[in-house]
Amino acid sequence: MNRFALLFALFLSASAWAQATVEAPPSFRNDAEEQRFRDLTSQLRCVMCQNQSLADSNAQIAHDLRIEILRMMREGKSDAQIKQFLVERYTDFVLYQPEVKPMTWALWFGPALLLLVGAGVVVVVVRKHGTKLPAGEPRDLPEDE
Amino acid sequence: MIRRLLPLFAFLALAGLLFAGVRMNSGKDTSAIPSPLIGKPVPAFSLPVFDDASRKLSGKDLLGAPYLLNVWGSWCPNCREEHPVITRLAQSGKLRVVGYDYKDSAEDARRWLAEFGNPYALILVDEDGRAALDWGIYGAPETFLIDAHGIVRWKHVGPVDESVVRDEIEPWLAKLGAAP
Repeated sequence: MNRFALLFALFLSASAWAQATVEAPPSFRNDAEEQRFRDLTSQLRCVMCQNQSLADSNAQIAHDLRIEILRMMREGKSDAQIKQFLVERYTDFVLYQPEVKPMTWALWFGPALLLLVGAGVVVVVVRKHGTKLPAGEPRDLPEDE
Repeated sequence: MIRRLLPLFAFLALAGLLFAGVRMNSGKDTSAIPSPLIGKPVPAFSLPVFDDASRKLSGKDLLGAPYLLNVWGSWCPNCREEHPVITRLAQSGKLRVVGYDYKDSAEDARRWLAEFGNPYALILVDEDGRAALDWGIYGAPETFLIDAHGIVRWKHVGPVDESVVRDEIEPWLAKLGAAP
């Protein structure tokens, strides 16, 4: 631990914030358990390295959360219950697909709304030019060189 | 004329929006996860006290006056950086500062405290980091402010510096009417 911590301090002394070191992955009882675990952890976002899923992250906290998730799975908790456990502690940040609620409306519907606005602008522009052209002077086609 | 200037207005509006966005987020750690515990009681825990492992404390034992819970570990370089600030705050007598030794060995922690000083009224020890999950802790340093009734009021992720003490902790203490 101490040796790792030293190494880690060397590597990360410039970062604003730190984590302890990486440990071995958990061992599974059977393939079904492993599959469920992989599916679940890849739907969750690592709280430390937010560009990685919980399944991919090597951060210490991700390791601890994976152990905790496996423990809860073996206790017979459902995926929804496990997600709820994490949201209660680390907020919606941990979910790649947060629940649809007023807080997340902008997130869920914002892109579609922007697309609609964009489409509206395109329609208006096209209409304007479309009605203008036939009324104008008949134009020569560009000549090929 | 107005129509010709339309793209310029659109550009200015967009530039204004982006500028406001940058201004609002500058100097803030946008990756810090806000604590869902704010305004709620501290989570249930029972943790041994440093250098007195037979004694275990829970949230109930810390009621009565506000305290700062400072999460640290001897493995954490930025804890060293904030340590003088935490020490000064503890020595000012404005509030109790409770340490939270996170994922650390007792031996390393003792050595670290001997080297840098121990400003803590007491230190809770969470060697495997299990209780930390209930606190929503995901690294060190992290710092919580808990009021006299055991309600979490404030959390800071990353090192505490003088400006955090001045702009956040002290106003909170004034609001809580704190005297240890």
